[in-house]
Amino acid sequence: MRIRAVGVAATMTCAFLITGCGADKTDASATKPSAAAEAKAGGELVIWADDKRSAALKPFADKFGAENGVTVKVQAISKDQQTTFVTASQQGSGPDVMVGAHDWIGNLVQNGAIDPVQLSPEQTGGLAPNALKAVTFNGQTYGVPYALENLALIRNTDLAPKAPATIEELVATKTKATEKLCVQVGQNGDAYHLYPLYSSAGGYLFGTTANGDYDPKDLGVGKPESVAAFKKIATLGEKGNGALKRSITPENSIATFTSKKCAYLISGPWAVTDVKKANIKYDISPVPGFAGGKPAQPFLGVQTFYVASKGKNKALAQEFVTNYVTTPELAVALYEAEPRPPALTAAFDQVKGSDPDLQKFIDAGKNGIPLPAIPEMAAIWDPFGKAEAAVVGGADPAKTITSAGKTIQAAIK
Amino acid sequence: MVMQLDGPATQRARPPKPDMPDKSAGWFKIILLGLTTAIAIWAAFPLIDNKAWTGLAILIGTTAALLYLYLTPRHIPAKYLAPGTILLIAFQIFPVLYTASTAFTNFGDGHRGTKAEAVVAIQTASVTQVPGSLQYALTVATTGDTATGPLVFLITDPATKQVSAGDANGLTPVEATVTSAGRVTAASGYTVLTTGQASLRSKEITALAVPTAGGAIRSSGLSRAYEGKAGRVYDASCDCVRDTTTGKSWRADESLGLFVAGDGERLAQGWKVTVGFSNFTRVLTDPAISGPFLRTLVWNFAFALLSTGGTFVLGLLCAIALHSKRVRGRTLYRVLLILPYAMPSFAMLLVWRDMFNTDFGLINNLFGTDVDWFGGSASARFAVILVQLWLGYPYMFLVATGALQAIPGELTEASRIDGAGAWAAFRKITLPLLMVALTPLLISSFAFNFNNFNAIYLTTEGAPFPADNPANGATDLLITYTYRLAFGGAGAQYGFAAAISIFIFLIVAVVSAISFRRTRRQEEVYS
Repeated sequence: MRIRAVGVAATMTCAFLITGCGADKTDASATKPSAAAEAKAGGELVIWADDKRSAALKPFADKFGAENGVTVKVQAISKDQQTTFVTASQQGSGPDVMVGAHDWIGNLVQNGAIDPVQLSPEQTGGLAPNALKAVTFNGQTYGVPYALENLALIRNTDLAPKAPATIEELVATKTKATEKLCVQVGQNGDAYHLYPLYSSAGGYLFGTTANGDYDPKDLGVGKPESVAAFKKIATLGEKGNGALKRSITPENSIATFTSKKCAYLISGPWAVTDVKKANIKYDISPVPGFAGGKPAQPFLGVQTFYVASKGKNKALAQEFVTNYVTTPELAVALYEAEPRPPALTAAFDQVKGSDPDLQKFIDAGKNGIPLPAIPEMAAIWDPFGKAEAAVVGGADPAKTITSAGKTIQAAIK
Repeated sequence: MVMQLDGPATQRARPPKPDMPDKSAGWFKIILLGLTTAIAIWAAFPLIDNKAWTGLAILIGTTAALLYLYLTPRHIPAKYLAPGTILLIAFQIFPVLYTASTAFTNFGDGHRGTKAEAVVAIQTASVTQVPGSLQYALTVATTGDTATGPLVFLITDPATKQVSAGDANGLTPVEATVTSAGRVTAASGYTVLTTGQASLRSKEITALAVPTAGGAIRSSGLSRAYEGKAGRVYDASCDCVRDTTTGKSWRADESLGLFVAGDGERLAQGWKVTVGFSNFTRVLTDPAISGPFLRTLVWNFAFALLSTGGTFVLGLLCAIALHSKRVRGRTLYRVLLILPYAMPSFAMLLVWRDMFNTDFGLINNLFGTDVDWFGGSASARFAVILVQLWLGYPYMFLVATGALQAIPGELTEASRIDGAGAWAAFRKITLPLLMVALTPLLISSFAFNFNNFNAIYLTTEGAPFPADNPANGATDLLITYTYRLAFGGAGAQYGFAAAISIFIFLIVAVVSAISFRRTRRQEEVYS
């Protein structure tokens, strides 16, 4: 009797579940005409972004959904967005639209995770040319950029009233602060923050092909130019004039500046919020290069909307990314969530009046080059950073950078 | 619990009046079995969607077997064994087998999917707008029902506002009412789909290409269309990808999982293939790995032994000191000693890293020193072990306190009466008895510290690195070193990482096996 009762209950549970799931199924696939279509009139669009941006996106996603009779879900992915996206895409549980940095493109393309977007000439004309160049890979546009970022020299105007024209001038500035320059190096170096100085001293990471793309076959690290550049960087190191120090880490660089221990900070738009909070009088100017050297080129990073290749609703995703993200309202809202210059010229013009920093960052990035998006770039970061840390700590530049070049070359193959 | 109640309960269920506990047990069982079935059904849908019939068969088989097992009064031993066995298979055997099978593939960035997926990715990525072609306003329409009727693209010429209907056969001009933006509001013979309706047929819309002289008109979203052309197509006859303009071809290489051209150029999108033992031979033959391997291994053993031994000695000393009844405020001291253990080690490691900072760190500021802690090999190694000591001794203190309290006081007293001093009593009586209880814990602590990724990665990240080798640092453990090799340079290489983890597993397994064997001998002596 007991057994029968259990059997009946289990069967009933099964039956309930099957009907429950079954009902869901018919709704979603909508193979049944009119009645089902009325019950659920539109498809579903899933967008993934980091925490901050998903909050900013939410109202616009809802508006897009209401205008078009579709459901839009914005999901926050707080950590390892790129890996999570690639893995989930491969399993078929990924989103339709992904928001992320442009230097993911190479890896996303080789994993077949994103599709090119087809923009009309009017749409591409409305975007900052730099931003558009950054999302172009192998001659294809792989996403719609919405915000730019690059490094600049932020200075505490109480401690350093004048913007230095060269790095030597910066080092020579007399200041009350204990540290002159805060540029994050850390125990293992930081290639992104070093690059402006490295490029000013004549070094490069990858050469370019005839059509302007980065060429992984022409690796600049380990070449004579890079050795010369690192010799110059060594003069700023701990055995030199001490402008670069391993004790300034990614964690403490901004905090050291905001506690008024540093006169200058090399950082990006993300640091401005903290600087403002600390009530520091500041100004923004381009990162200075070496006297008589090439101009210092910061990397340009571009925040981008991608259309996922393995999304369930690609047509709707394309509609959202190509025809909705390219409108200024969304770009302005995203700017308000985090103050990075919008890539859309119309949106930039709209917000630049209320925020003079934006134009200064754009000016600081005038010489900038897009952060290489080729997959080979993954091989650069770690060895290059470590070479920097070693040279800043006083190691022999020629030996260090040559072996870094060899390590990178071996990883690229 | 169900299982315990089951046997006697079913036997007692035969008398006409079952008592109360039986009923509640019955309900508990019903709920559990209902939940099992519910989970099985929930798991079945994705399996059906992906046509994973083997997985589905295993799922149905397991669920049916479970239901049968717990719904019959027989097979009592199996009732006890089944849950543990299923958990063992799901969380131990399956991951090990999966790791082992991955080690024989090139699974990683650029080689994640199948060849078919790579071909689709290559072809989709090569579609470009035909030079000089127009951008059209697009309206999705159908000649039949909005949800099932054949799809038609109503395409408006931007200049003339002439509307054409396009399907897989090509374009035909139609009469239609057009807005200023070019979108069609009504067309005779066609039903215009709203965005919502069109979005439900996304796959068909993406797949529809209207052939034209120069290529094909495809949708870009639901409101715009462009004339595009696939630059690269897959040709099954030569198993290669061909460029439609230059004629260059990339042949499929099944041993690499890549399309490779005659001049050695490779297409970025590859697929997963079995590569045999090459991941294992790479671990053994790559000079970048074999060169610093021995040095790293020695340091790895030293790190694990010093971390485990150091925390044990320190913890034991504290435990013995606080074991004496003469100490006042023992509870307070014990609480204070356990504090480091109560804090999240993840955060503490980061705090310690900052305390070792040369210019801004607490340690240098406190002692007025100027030591470049993570800059020199010896100081960096000393620093990471110091951090481990601080993080680890409360645990050892806890277990040693427990073990000490379990040793009967009479034994030490008896030895004192026999004339042994305090040290001799500790060495001959207390310590051996402690070791019987604590050795298994020490072995597991050793195995944990041997692979203590966080301890290194959150503090030194392996630093300092010699100027001529950025791949292997002085404080690198095997796990942090190989993590850098597998995920640092050329993106994620899961196949290679799996092969390395098998090697590390073998090392730890051998060490643990030897230790456990010795413990058993010890137990035989002292018990």
